[in-house]
Amino acid sequence: MTSLSAKDKDTVKAFWANVAGKEEQIGCDAVSRMLTVYPQTKTYFSHWKDLRPGSAPVRKHGATVMTAVTDAVSKIDDLTGGLLSLSELHAFTLRVDPANFKVLAHNLLVVLATVFPNDFTPEVHVAMDKFLAAVAHALSEKYR
Amino acid sequence: MVVWTDFERTTIQDIFSKIDYAVVGQAAFSRCLIVYPWTQRYFGGFGNLYNAAAITSNPRVASHGKVIMEALEKAVKDMDNIKATYAELSALHSEKLQVDPDNFMLLGHCLTIVVASQLSKAFTPEVHAAFQKFLAVVVSSLRKQYY
Repeated sequence: MTSLSAKDKDTVKAFWANVAGKEEQIGCDAVSRMLTVYPQTKTYFSHWKDLRPGSAPVRKHGATVMTAVTDAVSKIDDLTGGLLSLSELHAFTLRVDPANFKVLAHNLLVVLATVFPNDFTPEVHVAMDKFLAAVAHALSEKYR
Repeated sequence: MVVWTDFERTTIQDIFSKIDYAVVGQAAFSRCLIVYPWTQRYFGGFGNLYNAAAITSNPRVASHGKVIMEALEKAVKDMDNIKATYAELSALHSEKLQVDPDNFMLLGHCLTIVVASQLSKAFTPEVHAAFQKFLAVVVSSLRKQYY
């Protein structure tokens, strides 16, 4: 879709500073929600012993995802370059259908709305939605 | 036929009994117009939608948000007949308003986010799933009369 404006990038960076210290909680909640609300996403995690909300593998994976998103924020000026190896991982090894990136993004936004009800304004929401779409796009680069 | 569990039924009734339609309707609808600006194409007569501040303070946006919530309440009051309840509204959106039905879930996403921020911890993954199922049934019913 559209690329990120300077204002979008500033909004994302400023808002993401609030996340510091809460990455594990937010990541765990986002992945838990994704698996519960969109059960088709569970098909990618059949190797986990426990797929329930808040379970150990879910918590660990939530942290992994959040570390990657935080890293993407720092690489916001060149997401395609910055996320190259992650794209290769998702394309060749994990082979996640890219439609699911939108699903996880939506669940992350819902969690951010519950954790930061006052800061997650419509302006922040649109900037974050655009950013996560740009991250998804960068992750899809190596698919075909 | 949609099959609702007891948990899903009570969850949906509970959410709608807790929220203020005017507040949530305005917040969700204005968020939709801001986050997905192409949805503004259907609201040319609404006056100033030029930027987020204008949308947020627009009185027609606020009153239409409430109209949407009141229409959703019809489905909440008769969860076993949502398809029939929305037959007329579906025809309206298809034939008269000519709304691309892919837009329905965009509004659904914004409503989910507003409800989530209101209910906070009470909007657990299980509650969220029930709400998402309700929205999916509403959207599917609204799509029924398109041809």
